[in-house]
Amino acid sequence: MSSSLDTPSAAPIPTKAKIGVRTLRTDRWWLMPAVTVAVLLSFIAYSTWRAFENAYYFSEPLISPFYSPCLATSCVEGSSQWMPIGSWWILSPALLILAFPLGFRLTCYYYRKAYFRSFWMSPPACGVSEPHTKYTGESRFPLILNNSHRYFFYAGLVFNVLLTYDAIIAFRNAEGAWGHMSIGTLVLLLNATFLWLYSLSCHSCRHAMGGRLKHFSKHPVRYKGWTFVSKLNPYHPRFAWISLIGVALADLYVRQVASGAITNFYFF
Amino acid sequence: MGYSANFRIWRGDAGEGELVNYTVAVNEGEVVLDVLHRVQAEQANDLAIRWNCKAGKCGSCSAEVNGKPRLMCMTRMNTFEEEETITVTPIRAFPVIRDLVTDVSFNYEKAREVPSFTPPENLKPGEYRMEQIDVERSQEFRKCIECFLCTNTCHVVRDHDENKPVFAGPRVLMRAAELDMHPLDTLDRKQLAQEDLGLGYCNITKCCSEVCPEHIKITDNALIPMKERVADQKYDPLRWLGSKIRVRSHDE
Repeated sequence: MSSSLDTPSAAPIPTKAKIGVRTLRTDRWWLMPAVTVAVLLSFIAYSTWRAFENAYYFSEPLISPFYSPCLATSCVEGSSQWMPIGSWWILSPALLILAFPLGFRLTCYYYRKAYFRSFWMSPPACGVSEPHTKYTGESRFPLILNNSHRYFFYAGLVFNVLLTYDAIIAFRNAEGAWGHMSIGTLVLLLNATFLWLYSLSCHSCRHAMGGRLKHFSKHPVRYKGWTFVSKLNPYHPRFAWISLIGVALADLYVRQVASGAITNFYFF
Repeated sequence: MGYSANFRIWRGDAGEGELVNYTVAVNEGEVVLDVLHRVQAEQANDLAIRWNCKAGKCGSCSAEVNGKPRLMCMTRMNTFEEEETITVTPIRAFPVIRDLVTDVSFNYEKAREVPSFTPPENLKPGEYRMEQIDVERSQEFRKCIECFLCTNTCHVVRDHDENKPVFAGPRVLMRAAELDMHPLDTLDRKQLAQEDLGLGYCNITKCCSEVCPEHIKITDNALIPMKERVADQKYDPLRWLGSKIRVRSHDE
């Protein structure tokens, strides 16, 4: 340790404290990034397999959220009323639509935190140095594309409407008669509910509702909408995880029913 | 109820430094700053510590306790195990003057880049009138005590000195957001935030919010809304078109 303060004229140029270790944190700061990587990789593996499987996604009246809307003529009979994509599409119909929910989650303000911390380690946790020598963040391509989040949000709303429709038509039995409810109905309802909560708590939704306004007092209805979304917004991460796992579980349930592994139990 | 605690305190100046061990008495109800004052009084009279209010309101005693950016006066000793060695270092994003005292003038230089509150020209002081619901968003940001823990923990400058010329840090970006949301401010702060203060460098990892002793939701309420406002202006072709053909309200 020097005593340079005794002679101000000889004071060295200030530099940051030289502390040789990456972090002095003593808690398990690595746990959250590790769990995030594990869950996201599991989801990516499962959803990729299911998207390419191209089977067991429909069992009257249930359709998997990974395959709804089913837009190709190759879709299983009864799974869709509107199939604008012709027989030239020989891949799984799930691949036609999954880019939209994927884009919504990839550009989501919460998932950005999750994957920047866990996959890119930029930083892995607060007060823990990142391993990269250079950083430009979202100021240039490709990460600047995260600014397109609002468009994926609007696309996500369309999917929410369609998946809600799927849940409603699941109040039928396998013969198409209304007034029935099964575990599958409940699964699709919960899936749609959590997707709505995830979308409505979104930061872009909050901005569109009223966040961009300068004067709330001139827009009382939008202020109410902004206040409502602001109450949901702190729970956005929770809804992000629940809806992510929920959509995989909903797909898994439909797959098990469609493949004949289990029977869809009807309450009435 | 007292016990002896083991501390490792970073001692040094702009040149070199090291962690020095101290064993010091701790009494019930004390905070880390109390214990460091005891070290200063009994064992190391030349230990440099910046502090003022001891009430979490002046923002002076920012440091890192066991690697976490904290106010020393708000870090209670009973949150540690008695046998635990507690490591205290200066905040790591800014140059050290001596021991735990750092030079945070980076933040003041960046703050000067933000033009001050600019009300309409025809309004004189005393004539400002605004509704509470219009101004309350900005008021949250006025709780800031300028401890600069947020900017210290932000990896954009903490790990990358080369970004300091282009990134102002969360505290100053929050100031830009505060003014952009203010009902009587007439300047457009979006371009300033994006181009001059480096908002695009923020990748929403929320460490600034995590360490804020005033619990200001910096990311959710200031930085993300500001990013959305910038997107309105710069990255959203539909909104750009709307603004050109006057579909959009001027209030937005």
